[in-house]
Amino acid sequence: MLTDSIAELSRLLRRRALSSEELARRCLAEAERQQPALNCFITLTPESALRQARAADQVLARGEGTPLTGIPVAHKDIFCTAGVRTSCGSRMLDGFIAPYTATAVARLHTAGMVMIGKTNMDEFAMGSSTEHSWYGPCRNPWDMQRVPGGSSGGSACAVAAGIVPAATGTDTGGSIRQPAALCGITGLKPTYGLVSRYGMVAFASSLDQGGPLARSAEDVAHLLTAMSGFDPLDSTSVDQPARDYAVNLGTDIAGVRIGLPEQYFQQDLDPEIRGVIESALHELEQAGAILKPVSLPSSHLSIPAYYVVAPAEASSNLSRFDGVRYGYRCRDPRDLTDLYCRSRAEGFGEEVRRRIMIGTYVLSAGYYDAYYLRAQKVRRLIRDEFRSVLREVDLICGPTVPGTAFAIGERAHDPVSMYLCDIFTVSVNLAGLPALSIPAGFINGLPVGMQLIGNYFHEERLLQVAHAYQEMTGWHRRTPGGPA
Amino acid sequence: MNPRWEAVIGLEIHVQLATRSKLFSGAATAFGAAPNTQACAVDLALPGVLPVLNEAAVRMAIMFGLAIDGEIAPRSVFARKSYFYPDLPKGYQISQFELPIVARGTISIPLPDGGTRSVRVTRAHLEEDAGKSMHDGMSGCSGIDLNRAGTPLIEVVSEPDMRSALEAVAYMRHVHALVRYLGISDGNMQEGSFRCDANVSLRPLGEERLGTRTETKNLNSFRFVELAIEYEIARQQELLERGEKIRQETRLYDSDLNETRPLRSKEEAFDYRYFPDPDLLPVEIQPQWIEDIRRQLPELPHARCERLQHQYSLPKSDAALLTADRALADFFEETAGFPGVDARIAANWIIGELGGALNRFQLELGNSPVGPERLAGLLRRIADHTISGRIAKQVFETMWSGNAGADEIIAAQGLQQVTDAGLIEKLVLEVLAANTDQVEKYRAGKEKVLAFLVGQVMKLSDGKANPRQVSQVLLARLRGRS
Repeated sequence: MLTDSIAELSRLLRRRALSSEELARRCLAEAERQQPALNCFITLTPESALRQARAADQVLARGEGTPLTGIPVAHKDIFCTAGVRTSCGSRMLDGFIAPYTATAVARLHTAGMVMIGKTNMDEFAMGSSTEHSWYGPCRNPWDMQRVPGGSSGGSACAVAAGIVPAATGTDTGGSIRQPAALCGITGLKPTYGLVSRYGMVAFASSLDQGGPLARSAEDVAHLLTAMSGFDPLDSTSVDQPARDYAVNLGTDIAGVRIGLPEQYFQQDLDPEIRGVIESALHELEQAGAILKPVSLPSSHLSIPAYYVVAPAEASSNLSRFDGVRYGYRCRDPRDLTDLYCRSRAEGFGEEVRRRIMIGTYVLSAGYYDAYYLRAQKVRRLIRDEFRSVLREVDLICGPTVPGTAFAIGERAHDPVSMYLCDIFTVSVNLAGLPALSIPAGFINGLPVGMQLIGNYFHEERLLQVAHAYQEMTGWHRRTPGGPA
Repeated sequence: MNPRWEAVIGLEIHVQLATRSKLFSGAATAFGAAPNTQACAVDLALPGVLPVLNEAAVRMAIMFGLAIDGEIAPRSVFARKSYFYPDLPKGYQISQFELPIVARGTISIPLPDGGTRSVRVTRAHLEEDAGKSMHDGMSGCSGIDLNRAGTPLIEVVSEPDMRSALEAVAYMRHVHALVRYLGISDGNMQEGSFRCDANVSLRPLGEERLGTRTETKNLNSFRFVELAIEYEIARQQELLERGEKIRQETRLYDSDLNETRPLRSKEEAFDYRYFPDPDLLPVEIQPQWIEDIRRQLPELPHARCERLQHQYSLPKSDAALLTADRALADFFEETAGFPGVDARIAANWIIGELGGALNRFQLELGNSPVGPERLAGLLRRIADHTISGRIAKQVFETMWSGNAGADEIIAAQGLQQVTDAGLIEKLVLEVLAANTDQVEKYRAGKEKVLAFLVGQVMKLSDGKANPRQVSQVLLARLRGRS
């Protein structure tokens, strides 16, 4: 099991105490060993991994490269990778091989990272448990009977299980932060527009954002530095100068103002979760942070607004999967309508079909104003509330998820209870803000995540505070199976 | 049409823009490539790819907006128009819905009574074209060619301001001329670069309220627009006079049978589920850019028509004919610019002889075997009286089927006008001697005979004698009683 941080591994690689090829072999072996129990990978790519690792070794031998050169990584199977299957967890794309690579993946590759494989996920990123996968459910390494969260559950699981030090994910309503929380690792959803969406299979275009998952804020900072930046192939990508997000780590957090929205700490919050978050806040206060009560009065509208906007965009984004040009096609279609209906009915799973139905409904003539337009208004309201609070505080803090990992199957047939997992995360996507989940403690041996929400493009501040917290505590160093 | 009814017509014209690459991808837009060789990952709607707006197309839409005196939206929005069809790879077309790039323009068209009608353009918006389905020769399958998918279009939507098929055609011709003038479209109708849908309704004369309309789709020639609208007017009138109602529906024109047929009714109409495309930012257009484009607009048909009348002393009708098409007007000005060419003769020849020959051989002006320079060579010899107009037509025909210049042909075939006074005198005397009865008639006061006698002399000279000189000599002889 690999538990070293990227920084430690990088030091070993540079000292030539370890070769990238050896490291890749160990990751691949670990993946092979744990895959039957965890099912966190859809595809492993041993050959290309060793090829990339050998190339990285040559770069390292010349004393060149970046802090990521030779470091293994796993990509969520939503990122297109030229020549390697990109299934998006769906039967629809079971055999799909893209002729191009997603910009975020290409950048990590350029930075020298070695791709080990592609990770399991909820089909088309729709879900909070990684149970809705054509390739079967992924499991939580802290408790095999429980879900790892989702939709980037395979990525969170692979990092938490010590298979890879880093992985990519995507976050449309919490799909990086929620599994990071449930698996006890660090996951960042960047500001909308910071990481290119090119080559990332679209779920809800105005909410989707790729980001890193790793064992620490410091590792996440290195990954973000390499992944982010303007991409002319994505019109919503923001043209900003490149930044090194690791530079300000370790600076003093005294005086940082942290807002605590009353809506995140209401009566019905699980008292154990409250206890974990409050003691984490106490630690931050000890380090000089100033805690301030704030209010985000429209928080309760974020789930309903999200479950209109996201399915609306999804219903449109997924209409390209029609069985005509690529992807799953039903057998012996009678006519064009039959081809469409059966290819889509057989190719998509239940949750995806449900969201396509919801999305189609809310965009239909006569319902558009009542649903889609109204949800857009709520979205503006939520964004404005965040903006005004973030004028008074530097970041906003609360639990990432209202509970710990739940049992596999427990919520699979109750979509609304599944949707409520996202109650603290979706508003961040609606507003387009950056947010991070870090491990803050345990309940009954299961990790609890704390969410830090920052202002637009203030990832540096989020990472600085998260890093300071991780320096003070050790929750992020705990590993499943290790001493609890 | 029965004067009890008034036709109300509005057109939606689709103009393919002449950009090198597509509206949202870098793939080429050239017509006629092998199927699916000009479709990239974006055009194929592979998963994860994203649209990036082609600035050249936005510029062209702005040019059009300025040319029709329309409003250019400082902020316009692309929207997705959803429907399933195999030649629509994404399952939606990227178009503009609530906030189009151009709104409220006007186009003036001439009316048969000499007046003009001002047709209001409601909007012109940018959108991408679909691919093509191919059903012939596919042995039981359908083929999809996505070369056209993503090609930029502007859809120009008029108010229902036209009252006859001929007005609709005049409007469409005007838009056609305009986009070619602006250089934003090749306007090639056979290749589908310029096509239209016609909305037609009838109402009792004097009634304000609009009747129920039908929309006839995909008319790709001026002739079909005229025929389809005339058919629709007659069909609707017949129904209304029988006391029946018009169904609001989409119809298709069948040019083989010259009829329109229902395609789908209002109840069967698609719900396109428009919503703003989240992959594209709103198009923000700065006033400065609009002004830059305005300054660079080429001269437009109306202004050019005025200028041609003044600069070349052309009658309005000729100037209007020549400026209806930018290429024709360019041809004229290039021809008239050669030294020794009389512009008015040039206009006559381009409209008459050249136009006729192009028609006979079904050629576009761009493929004319006789270009401006060779034509100018011929016109120069008319102006300096080397040849008569009649001989010039003969020379023109020789030019049409070969590469020789006018001077070569004239020299080789000995077609120079005869201006030798002695020779003309001799011919006149010959004709007078052979037509003594006609000479008597002339002298008895029938002056029309002169033309006959001139004709006889010309015939005798194989058409080469200078007709003016011939008639002068004839007159002198006839009056001189010698």
